[in-house]
Amino acid sequence: METSKSQAVQDYEKLVREISPKSAVLYNSVKAFFVGGTICAAAQLLYNFFEGRGFSRDDTGLLVAAVLIAAAVLLTALRIYDRLAKFAGAGTIVPITGFANSIAAPAIEHKKEGMILGLGAKMFVIAGPVIVYGTVTSVIVGLIYYFMK
Amino acid sequence: MKHFGESSVKFANPPSILGAAAIVGPKEGEGPLAKYFDKVSHDILFGKDTWEQAESELMRQTIETAVRKAGLPMKAINYILAGDLLNQNSGSIYGARSFERPFFGLFGACSAMGMGLTLGAMLIDGGFAENVVANASSHFCGAEKTFRFPLELGTQRTPTASWTVTGDGAAVISANGKGPYITAATTGAIVDLGQKDVNNMGAAMAPAAADVIAKHFGDLSLANDYYDVIATGDLGKYGNKLLVQLLQKQGLHFGDSLTDCGMLIYDAERQDVHAGGSGCGCCAAVLAGYFLNKIRSGEMKKLLFVPTGALHSVVTIQQGETIPATAHAVAIEAALPHFSE
Amino acid sequence: MNIIFWSFIIGGLMCVLGQILIDLTKLSPAKILVFFVVAGCILGGLGIYERLVDFAGAGATVPLPGFGNLLARGVKRAVDERGLIGVITGGFTAMAGGMTVAIVFGYLAALVSSSGMKD
Repeated sequence: METSKSQAVQDYEKLVREISPKSAVLYNSVKAFFVGGTICAAAQLLYNFFEGRGFSRDDTGLLVAAVLIAAAVLLTALRIYDRLAKFAGAGTIVPITGFANSIAAPAIEHKKEGMILGLGAKMFVIAGPVIVYGTVTSVIVGLIYYFMK
Repeated sequence: MKHFGESSVKFANPPSILGAAAIVGPKEGEGPLAKYFDKVSHDILFGKDTWEQAESELMRQTIETAVRKAGLPMKAINYILAGDLLNQNSGSIYGARSFERPFFGLFGACSAMGMGLTLGAMLIDGGFAENVVANASSHFCGAEKTFRFPLELGTQRTPTASWTVTGDGAAVISANGKGPYITAATTGAIVDLGQKDVNNMGAAMAPAAADVIAKHFGDLSLANDYYDVIATGDLGKYGNKLLVQLLQKQGLHFGDSLTDCGMLIYDAERQDVHAGGSGCGCCAAVLAGYFLNKIRSGEMKKLLFVPTGALHSVVTIQQGETIPATAHAVAIEAALPHFSE
Repeated sequence: MNIIFWSFIIGGLMCVLGQILIDLTKLSPAKILVFFVVAGCILGGLGIYERLVDFAGAGATVPLPGFGNLLARGVKRAVDERGLIGVITGGFTAMAGGMTVAIVFGYLAALVSSSGMKD
């Protein structure tokens, strides 16, 4: 009984794979490449601009990040970012602007559940894991660096 | 006994659908079935503040319209049976709050309308009620928030993903009336063939639809061409293809008479909905708006309505569970069938 | 000029990698973001990522692996300055500016706008 059930599951999985269309990886990748590349190139122009004004490397990095994040949040609130993302996919998810979108979007959506438990608590439902795993990894990197130095 | 075979019932005195109504949102109002709906709301919020309130208001308006069209006062309704996709059935509960009628909340995900029609007809044929409302609703924005992501989040939908319908279908079932009659029903078991992709719900639900359709024809010894139309709930176009294959393996060939409400409600290409429509309100609105009109006008005589539901929750999926599904078959006929005589 | 060209190419390619992971592995975008940040942090810890930054500028710093690299760079600098204490302050200090901007702007955006229908 168990084996015939798992056989049915395997057969069906095969049929589903046959019939369900695949994502258009190549076309999606081209779109992601151009939009993602454009965001990064625009960011580089900003770097050049701030560095030209005499900001240090660290401050320039922060200023560029701040401009990108602010722009992405604004576009999120104006409902432009999610329309762009429908076209660009990972091209708008992977750059830091996607991270900003993932913070602003749940804050806007869950505002109706209150300023504290809605907006405040739900702001990090998507971005939270990035911070958690980034921080944990940075501590591990720091420990190894400390003992290897 | 009114119970037949493994999981079917025939009604001794088939109840009538006395009146029905369908109300939908803006996107559905741009679809090919727009003219069949009682009302298309151009306001996705239905004049309310939140998606949840919007769905309840949609549900309230639709039931009110259906009961009015049935020519009954609200007091004549013995039970309201209603289901939706929000947590704890809150769309239906808050929507039905003002009616002050006996209420059963149903959870069958998108199969809710099938549950409501089956149980409503059973209540009436059992002599426990004279008039019952069966209702199912869904709202795109509420469903996205409950099951997927915030609306403002930049995401890409996969080709097999479906689009949750903002809509509601209500049917007033009655011991009185001259049809369309609910003549028989087959209740689905929970079927799980190991599918895990929540962006391919048609694949998860097709086996449940195949199972209940095969049992319906077997239990009631019906010929393959008995129904003019067999309309599944919302498998979408790929789920529909899978269903055709699964039925063929059991020797059931329905050809063009097999269709799917999720394929009918939108123009998939023009409206960019990928696999098609989904959500409790999809098949409910297509039944109440489109099919029942076709039956009343005489264009269609016998319909097997098969709403399908994917019964997972966000929590079970995150825990790595597969997607269980169900489907309920309800026979709706313009005239009283010979088999009940 | 050259660095603008390379930031376009490398930034674009990182997004292509993300797109391929999304389309072929069925991993949710959240998992892919985590993967990118962790990968960037490890490559940063090994000192490899900085070479890409020198070469591609924003093409390396703006995609999420750049965020991971920022954390790695921050923690290494903090360890240099403060020893073991730096292990627990470096990562957060490095992301402090960006996070504050994201939180404050996200908060303001939520105050002034409401959720709406997708198309």
